[in-house]
Amino acid sequence: MKRILLAALSLALAGGLLPAAPAGKMIQIKGSDTMVNLVQILAEDYMGKTPGAAIAVLGGGSGTGITGLINRTCDIASHSREWKPKEIEQAWKKGVTPKLFVVAVDGLSIVVNEKNPIDQLTMAQVGALYRGEIKSWKALGGSPKPVSLYGRQSNSGTYVFMQEFVLGNKNYSADMKEMNGNAQIVEGILQDEGAVGYVGVGYLYDENHRIRKGLKVLKISREPNGDGFLPTDRAAVESGAYPVSRPLYLATDGRPKGDAARFLSWIVGPEGQAIVEREGFFTIGGGKYKASNDRNFQ
Amino acid sequence: MKEGSDPAMRKKKRNDLKEAAIGAFFFTSGILAVLVLIGIFLTLLATAVPAFREIPVGKFFGHSRWDPTSPEKAEYGLLSMIASTLLVTAGALLLAVPIGIAVAAYLSDVAPWRVREVLKPVVEILAGIPSVVVGFLGLVLFGPALARLFHTANGLNALNGSILLAVMSLPTIISISEDSLNAVPKAYSEASLALGASRWQTLVRVKLPAALSGIVAAVMLGLGRAIGETMTVLMATGNARSFPRGLLSSVRTMTADIAIELGEAPYFTTHYYALFAIGLVLFVMTFAVNLAADVVLRRYQERER
Repeated sequence: MKRILLAALSLALAGGLLPAAPAGKMIQIKGSDTMVNLVQILAEDYMGKTPGAAIAVLGGGSGTGITGLINRTCDIASHSREWKPKEIEQAWKKGVTPKLFVVAVDGLSIVVNEKNPIDQLTMAQVGALYRGEIKSWKALGGSPKPVSLYGRQSNSGTYVFMQEFVLGNKNYSADMKEMNGNAQIVEGILQDEGAVGYVGVGYLYDENHRIRKGLKVLKISREPNGDGFLPTDRAAVESGAYPVSRPLYLATDGRPKGDAARFLSWIVGPEGQAIVEREGFFTIGGGKYKASNDRNFQ
Repeated sequence: MKEGSDPAMRKKKRNDLKEAAIGAFFFTSGILAVLVLIGIFLTLLATAVPAFREIPVGKFFGHSRWDPTSPEKAEYGLLSMIASTLLVTAGALLLAVPIGIAVAAYLSDVAPWRVREVLKPVVEILAGIPSVVVGFLGLVLFGPALARLFHTANGLNALNGSILLAVMSLPTIISISEDSLNAVPKAYSEASLALGASRWQTLVRVKLPAALSGIVAAVMLGLGRAIGETMTVLMATGNARSFPRGLLSSVRTMTADIAIELGEAPYFTTHYYALFAIGLVLFVMTFAVNLAADVVLRRYQERER
């Protein structure tokens, strides 16, 4: 009820504004490079369907977006990491009250060859593997085969996501094979019994929507001895229980109003989420991300 | 008589003009190639030099860790990529040169007419296969086969790249070597045979040395193709950054690195300039190869006289 009221209110507001400024006010979105393509596509689709809407999307990194919101040089910040305590403090000092909306979930699956006896790893173990600290599967309780690492090339957002999120911003092992795309990582792993690789969930399936023969998707747990989850378990990804995933945010200063509010609620609605899925991200689902979004809209 | 010579004079004048125009056209075409070459070199130089404002030259050539986007510390050491490029190229030549010359000799001296008429076009078609396709074959066919053969975990290594590059440079080597073998005057082999030499002796001792200039040119052109090839090695060698530990380790060549990183390097940063510096190194390497080939040829031709 409240949302409908809000929508009606913002519509009336926009209606009152539109004749005065026919072009409308340009919404400036700045921030995450991981999200820049997604947000750009969302904005273009939205502008195509909504006459008068004007949205400009810039990259530069999550930090740039957050600083932009604090200094009021953009209307919406896009960021793929949480706010640091210092940034929240700065925002409060300047009278900015950030409201965060989860618009998509970024996640990766960790895969090995079917013949590898390992079924589950912790986040720390995956990080150690990719930093080159673990050279043999034996150290993880597997067979005494050398580990061969498969990853993406440094021009890929996935490469950066793994490096930031799983490797703890440390260097990749120099022995990692840097493949020219997700599909090539899968091809490599199918041939290599000591392989481990990271790919988007869309690359796990064959034409019959089954996991490709020869691949094994690992369960990942946050803590040692903790419960492991599969990236193919939708509920686990959408609840955040699957650890190699992170929410992607758009943030506004205070409760969003007018054009920004309509754009945000369109993104978290069915049309926006369909695009999110098509671009290779997870949708926010109906769990805790949706609940926190709903709270922040009000 | 006077009336008759006038039109002839005019015709000659027109011919002279036409000839001058044709001469000018060919001169400009020739000069154009030189100008383009100088232009490319200067552009490369101008974009590469700023890299060395921040990267010490000694570190660039003497250090083996390359990681410009590292969150810890950006590193610009080219040594392992130079070694990888040389390793893959040398491997390719080791495979392609003996096979290429053997096939060329077979085609020109041994093969019956009918085999020759089929084989030569087939070899030339080999040159037309897109490098992406060759790379894909390396990924799904040669890679697994090499892994089984050498009992390694995977076949994404320097040897795989060398084999593919050998396949790609074979048509050049075969085609040009065969042409130069055919261009050896018939009198040479006739004289040799008349002196009682066997066909094998004639081929190895007379025809191959006589055609050496063309064969050297063929090898150099094949070498140029192998050094400069990007897509195939990008797909087949695994692109690991570490210093190569032999033909069975995964390597990253200079061309592959430029292809991987140039698309995303922000303009006018050290990373961007450093990639052009790699381009300059490649340019100098191919230039040196061509120059060496030229010197070898000239010396050989002088001895011939």
